[in-house]
Amino acid sequence: MTDYTDRLRAAARRLLGEGRVDCFIGYRRGSLPLAAQPAILTRAEQADSLIWDPSCGMNLAHYAVGRADRIGIVATGCVSRSLVALALENQVARERLYIVGVPCTGMLDAGALRRRFPGREAAAAAYEGPRVTIAFADGNEELAVAENLARPCRTCAHPNPVVADEMLGEPVASPAVPAVPEEAAAAEARSAAERWAYFCEAFAHCIRCYACRNACPLCYCPTCFVDESRPQWVGKSSDPTDTRTFHFLRALHLAGRCTDCGACERACPLDIPVRHLTSRLNAEAKAIYGFEAGLDLEERPLLDRYRPEDLNDFFK
Amino acid sequence: MRTRYYERDAFPPAVAELRRAYRVFVPVRRGDFHAFAEWDDSVRPDFDYRKTRVPPKGLVFPQSERLLVFSTDERDPEHDILREAPKDFPPQAVVGIRPYDAMAFRVLEVNFDTPEVRDPWWLRRREATTLIGLARADEDATMFRTENYAGPFDERGLDVIVYDLGRGYLAKALGEKGEAALAAMGGDEPAADALREVEERIARAATPELPAGRLRAQPAAPELPTGRLRAQPVVPLFEAEFWDEVAAPCLNCGVCTFLCPTCWCFDIQDEVRKQEGDRIRNWDSCMFPLYTLHASGHNPRGKKTQRVRNRFMHKLKYYLDKYDRGVMCVGCGRCVEACPVNIDIREVAARMNGFGEQVERHDR
Ligand code: SF4
Ligand code: SF4
Ligand code: SF4
Ligand code: SF4
Repeated sequence: MTDYTDRLRAAARRLLGEGRVDCFIGYRRGSLPLAAQPAILTRAEQADSLIWDPSCGMNLAHYAVGRADRIGIVATGCVSRSLVALALENQVARERLYIVGVPCTGMLDAGALRRRFPGREAAAAAYEGPRVTIAFADGNEELAVAENLARPCRTCAHPNPVVADEMLGEPVASPAVPAVPEEAAAAEARSAAERWAYFCEAFAHCIRCYACRNACPLCYCPTCFVDESRPQWVGKSSDPTDTRTFHFLRALHLAGRCTDCGACERACPLDIPVRHLTSRLNAEAKAIYGFEAGLDLEERPLLDRYRPEDLNDFFK
Repeated sequence: MRTRYYERDAFPPAVAELRRAYRVFVPVRRGDFHAFAEWDDSVRPDFDYRKTRVPPKGLVFPQSERLLVFSTDERDPEHDILREAPKDFPPQAVVGIRPYDAMAFRVLEVNFDTPEVRDPWWLRRREATTLIGLARADEDATMFRTENYAGPFDERGLDVIVYDLGRGYLAKALGEKGEAALAAMGGDEPAADALREVEERIARAATPELPAGRLRAQPAAPELPTGRLRAQPVVPLFEAEFWDEVAAPCLNCGVCTFLCPTCWCFDIQDEVRKQEGDRIRNWDSCMFPLYTLHASGHNPRGKKTQRVRNRFMHKLKYYLDKYDRGVMCVGCGRCVEACPVNIDIREVAARMNGFGEQVERHDR
């Protein structure tokens, strides 16, 4: 990982220094141990503030949307997929993007990791290969990154960038992973009533802050349906019906578009499993249409194409 | 001032006594987090908790509250007339609230209880609420002290302060409401050594020495620098260049404001079902574009930077200037911990505080 940091800094320095890009989107060290903060650099001298380690989890594609300049960006598999999906939807221009690709072995669930040691305060974290060492006042804890991954990373099927202008390392093996998170898959085996109960319970403590929506790179609508007031599609109180409606609609607006990057779950302050809904729709898109969003710049988005062999049941 | 002592195991039953006269809210574990919930037979209080994820602010200022009701039925002689939604405000006790969350109500009150406007719902619920605080020196690395939070033994916002002494709890009433609650809880006179131990613990917490096994992380800005804020002229600070940089990573997600015990903004919405209408007040956030959207379509805070700036200017400058009661922050650290992109109010305060000076940027 450290050598990635060096290579990343060199790449950003070169791209900004040579005027190849106007800005470079990466991460810098955060104020808390195990935290990284997205950063948008504009000068080559800033390159040394960039870092690369398993705390770099928040999807950077979000920051490429709506920019008119030439963008350098460091991308893992999921970030690259978001960029592809955004390019297909004309939200970013591929020719103005310079993608520095990093094969990814997964990012940490920093919040869960901090909570794993109740009453002890992490003072610093150091990353060495596949391990992270967290320093506490009364000694260090060394943990395997792979065993403390953020939920979305545990089921990532595309850890390598699907498109890149340069790569910082050799591709890693793509793990065989279940298409639907385990808890959601388990719920699916149950009856409709039990599934409904599962859904209601899992989303019961949502506070409607919309962090899941805002963190999502594909949620770029200038006015989200929840913010519309004429007509008002969904009530704004914490009434459970409205909260559930928000989640249904959010998921459906991402059908065939979600790249399963997990930014929504990472941002949620209450650990609501918002990905359960979208990953279910992703599994459906794959099973019925053989489609996975954000893999191919040449393939039109699922809801934007027609093929004679598509399932046509709804015509009847 | 009544003081009472409870052995560790005797404390929950003493709190349970309050249920005869109050609705009692206690910290409960919910998945990875804690939350306040009404103590009925389905929940188990956990007084060893550190911090709830969502602050108990909603117990006085609910996230959604029906204020008024109306009918749109033209045949109804009272149609389109707003009436107050019927409800009562039974006495409630929030047991185990931490001193910073209790102080937050003091920070909030200037918005709801002013010489010109007295919000009836806030006032009645606040009046009905007794805050029984839990004092234990267990601040985490995201927390810091401000004028409105003097440390884990700050009693200013509380009606009763309960010191956790490990083997037991020592409770002290602070005023009439507290006397009444403590009388209902029973308990014994504390022994002299318990009282002495409380004094010792308070003295220890005043100096930032930390017990073994815990260590304050070294954030770029461990405290909230505010000394020069008052003197900063507001317009240049508003126009400072650093706001773009502060705002760059922000997702405008609203987590920092929804989890903040001192954020008070709300929106009022009408909802009509068939011909019955409700006028509802919901929490709102200055991080949302809709918050300032005018009916004309104009949005005076249409850009992310403007919204981020407002949050920090409101908390750290406007509030300070307008009310002269310190900053609008009790240092709970929720926004620091839960911000998905780690925007740290201490770092922003350092920039605001140092504005105009040649300040060294934190090495990061
Ligand atoms: S981020 Fe979490 S709490 Fe906020 S609206 Fe989404 S699911 Fe609800
Ligand atoms: S929680 Fe962080 S990202 Fe979200 S609105 Fe607040 S500062 Fe911005
Ligand atoms: S601004 Fe942050 S630290 Fe201050 S009271 Fe609000 S949530 Fe807590
Ligand atoms: S910071 Fe923003 S949401 Fe919070 S009280 Fe101030 S204006 Fe309202």
